Amino acid sequence: MNFEGRKYVLIAAVLAIAFIFILRLFWIQVVDDKWKASAASMAERKITDYPARGFIYDRKGRLLVANTPVYDVMMVPREVKSFDTTAFAQLIGVPLPELHQRMIDARKYSLYKPSVIEKQIPAGQYAAISVHLHKYPGFYGQSRTLRTYPPRVAAHLLGYLSEVSPAKVAADPYYKSGDVVGVGGLEQYYEDVLRGRRGSRYVLVDVHNNIKGSFKEGRYDTLAVEGKDLFTGIDIDMQRLGEQLMRNKKGSIVALDPRTGEVLCLVSSPTYDPELLVGRVRNTNYGILQNDPIKPLFDRALQAQYPPGSIFKIAQSLIALDEGVIKVNTSFPCIKSLVGCHAHPTATSIEQAIQFSCNPYYYRVFERMVEQNLDKKSRFRDAALGLAEWERRMKSFGLGEKPRMDLPSLKGGNIPGPAYYDRKYGKERWAFSTIYSVSIGQGEVLTVPIQMANLAAIFANKGWYYDPHVVRAIGEADSVQARYREKHVVEVAPHWFDHIQEGMRRVVHEAGGTARQARIPGITVCGKTGTAENPHGQDHAVFICFAPMEDPKIAMAVYVENSGFGGTWAAPIASLLMEQYLTDTITRPDVMKRMLEADLIEAEKHFVKKPKKQRQRR
Amino acid sequence: MSARENVSANFDRPLLLMYLALMFMGWANIYSAAYDPEHASIFDQSKEYGKQAVWMGISLTLGGAILLVRGHIFRDWANGIYAFVLLLLALVLVIGKEVNGAKAWFGVGSFGIQPAEFAKYATALALTRYLSGLKALIDFRSRAISTAIILAPVALIMLQPDTGTALVSGAFILVLYREGLSGNILLLGILAAFLAILSLILKESFFDLPFTDKQLSGPMFLLLVIAIIGALAWFAARNLVVKRLRRRIHAYIILGVLASAGCIGSIDYAFEKVLAQHQRDRILVMLGQMDDPQGIGYNVKQSQTAIGSGGFSGKGYLDGTLTKFKYVPMQSTDFIFCTVGEEWGFLGTAFVVILFTVLILRIIQISDRQRSKFTRIYAYCVASIFFLHLTINVGMAIGLAPVIGIPLPFFSYGGSSMIGFTLLLGTLVRLDAERLSQLR
Repeated sequence: MNFEGRKYVLIAAVLAIAFIFILRLFWIQVVDDKWKASAASMAERKITDYPARGFIYDRKGRLLVANTPVYDVMMVPREVKSFDTTAFAQLIGVPLPELHQRMIDARKYSLYKPSVIEKQIPAGQYAAISVHLHKYPGFYGQSRTLRTYPPRVAAHLLGYLSEVSPAKVAADPYYKSGDVVGVGGLEQYYEDVLRGRRGSRYVLVDVHNNIKGSFKEGRYDTLAVEGKDLFTGIDIDMQRLGEQLMRNKKGSIVALDPRTGEVLCLVSSPTYDPELLVGRVRNTNYGILQNDPIKPLFDRALQAQYPPGSIFKIAQSLIALDEGVIKVNTSFPCIKSLVGCHAHPTATSIEQAIQFSCNPYYYRVFERMVEQNLDKKSRFRDAALGLAEWERRMKSFGLGEKPRMDLPSLKGGNIPGPAYYDRKYGKERWAFSTIYSVSIGQGEVLTVPIQMANLAAIFANKGWYYDPHVVRAIGEADSVQARYREKHVVEVAPHWFDHIQEGMRRVVHEAGGTARQARIPGITVCGKTGTAENPHGQDHAVFICFAPMEDPKIAMAVYVENSGFGGTWAAPIASLLMEQYLTDTITRPDVMKRMLEADLIEAEKHFVKKPKKQRQRR
Repeated sequence: MSARENVSANFDRPLLLMYLALMFMGWANIYSAAYDPEHASIFDQSKEYGKQAVWMGISLTLGGAILLVRGHIFRDWANGIYAFVLLLLALVLVIGKEVNGAKAWFGVGSFGIQPAEFAKYATALALTRYLSGLKALIDFRSRAISTAIILAPVALIMLQPDTGTALVSGAFILVLYREGLSGNILLLGILAAFLAILSLILKESFFDLPFTDKQLSGPMFLLLVIAIIGALAWFAARNLVVKRLRRRIHAYIILGVLASAGCIGSIDYAFEKVLAQHQRDRILVMLGQMDDPQGIGYNVKQSQTAIGSGGFSGKGYLDGTLTKFKYVPMQSTDFIFCTVGEEWGFLGTAFVVILFTVLILRIIQISDRQRSKFTRIYAYCVASIFFLHLTINVGMAIGLAPVIGIPLPFFSYGGSSMIGFTLLLGTLVRLDAERLSQLR
């Protein structure tokens, strides 16, 4: 028999197998991409390098915010050998059942990848742990950094770090769940600058998760960019003194260097210790602070909007003088039927009007500004025209709009113009008689403390200002941020300010001035007290000032809530701070002691609200 | 000059060249698979590539020596070699070293010898010798004897146990077929295999029996389908086939249905009772009945991932990641093909598959040009063995065959298989070179 033909069966089988194999290889190697992705997920790991967050310095180069190392105890379940869990739980300070649970969770997550067993152990505590850690294979410490606040001041201003919210993760691809992000204050505003840019390295790992080298010689690696340091204009001494003086009082202090717009101190009281919102204790403390009835988390310096009260009269005087509706020696009688006033001699000049803070005087002044007879047919249209010009000039003082400041969550206050009243009452349905309370800084006018401090800076500079800002320079101490080198000039000629400064000087230095408590030996202080009406209780005291008059180096606004008259509390606090800043000494320990010991929050509890006086109308 | 003296000039150059090419390519890939920068020398004896160099040296020496042996000696000594290897296989069960649960190794220092790897060579010689003495493989006696020659070493290897290596002897079925074993047997075998696979695939499924509330298990359903097909065939035959043949057709149909039923039943039994758990799992994974990448399917998934990630042109020599960092198990032995796939890509794998295909076809071609029946059958044995190794080894690496641990000839790390394949091929080259001087 001849079976010669049967060799073709084997040949056919060989060719068929070869064909099938090559087809299959072509499929999995060239066509199907899923293998490449799964190979990458198996053997390639992305290691993220977190750059150190930038520091924040005060104006003298002292640290406001720095980083401190803490340690996470990590566990790689595969490497763990049986050990005395009770002793280990004691060592790292975790209850035993909790430790067991965390170990189970870690195992569930991955046998090979490290999981956190205990977070953020302070360096001091970790030193005691680390010497024993070698006895527990599979456990190791991993250092991270937390924020630390050496002077423990300016909590509102600085903000804090918190774990990034899911919404933020969804909105910004840079962040991943578990990252920290600045919340509030400079930490939030300068987040991009402070955090730097994290780098990533791609490495190859073997099946046991050991790193075997860089992937493709680091072709896809990116270097971490260190966070930049911030150099602020804050003076730690002044900030601390301000916080001390405001203890047990509600209110705020804003001090500026009028020559540059730099914020010297920004106090909001009640405040809190910034260390409370760091690390493991943050969540608990945040809850406590948030539920505190005195609202320590609320930043009064930037967000509290008050009617400016009498201080507004200075700006009114300036605009009126510049518009020519009054002269320096214009006199109005103090007719209390127009608007209520206190007992004082008749103001025969603008200086005296400021000094006495005469309400009817400014009623008249504002009337002249609003009713300029520009439209002879209708007093309604006339008022709109007059008020429009007034609004433009008033807004040039940085009022009525959010300050262009380097902090988040700013409020802008309100300067009501024609558009505002048209909205409120309807077009041509309002006139001077409707809005006269604006003349004395009441009614719809609202300002925030930072704007008031800036107003003081404008008076000090005789008509110009730089935008108030906290951070002078980023990265290098000597530079100045470009946007804060832009000078804003107000819509009032400089020479009118001489009269204003004189008026403000008299407020402090002459008999009958409302702020004699603000005097500093050897320094000419210009100031103006005010009272912000408070419908809920005793009025808020306001005081703005600048000094020295001849060459102003500091301008500030002090708010003390529920303290009634501005001269009693706000003026002495301002004078102590200015003295500290200008001379580095306090020469009046008795005043200092009285201010430190005052507890206005306690006093407020005993305050019995007076029935609100019906405002007199014409 | 007589043809006999001219023997060395007749050595088949393409075969020798392919042999060397495969061997050195294999070495290069083992170097990459086991690469350790601290032992970068390819001759470093603490590493597999260094040891493979030694095995290559031994193989080349042995191969050279075998080319000098006169052809008739293989024929004369065939039974002796066969007996000697059987003895070794028996001996290894007694004094062998146990590695991975199998008593398969004679230990010599840090080198080990696996006698099972020589069994295919010995079996090929003995079977060839027996078959070359026959006119054709048609009577029962000759079939029984050839089956016995094949199965004796298989039985001993199964005792180690090393199912993979034992399975290689399945290659000899191709030889028997070539030498006259009825094609029907082969066909029935394929049919049985088909039924077996079907019943395993359907093993875990259940089918609702229409019009009743009964459920049928997969194999029962299969039986039902076969019975229905049989019944249909019965009636078809009654109406369409001439009366003269009808009786025979009906007999075939009954036999076929009964044989199928028996096959399905015995498969179920063999699967549950004969195979070990890990073998059952491997088969189920290959059939797609079990998907458990972290456990049983791990090897297959990892090896496919490694090969698949190579892409068209590969990641570059020594730049493989999965194969180098131990993601692929047995990456320098049974799964060496993964290294080829990952580092050389589709170009590399296709090249290797084609090279093996050309080698096998060349051996078949050599077989065809023989006047000596011994050489012809022997060459066919060699071709069949290489074919089976290629099919199973590459098949399992790319997920087309169950995981059966047999080496890829000349590629996989291991001295015994290297020497075994060298002997197989060297003997063939020598026998072929004498074809002109050999009388029929």
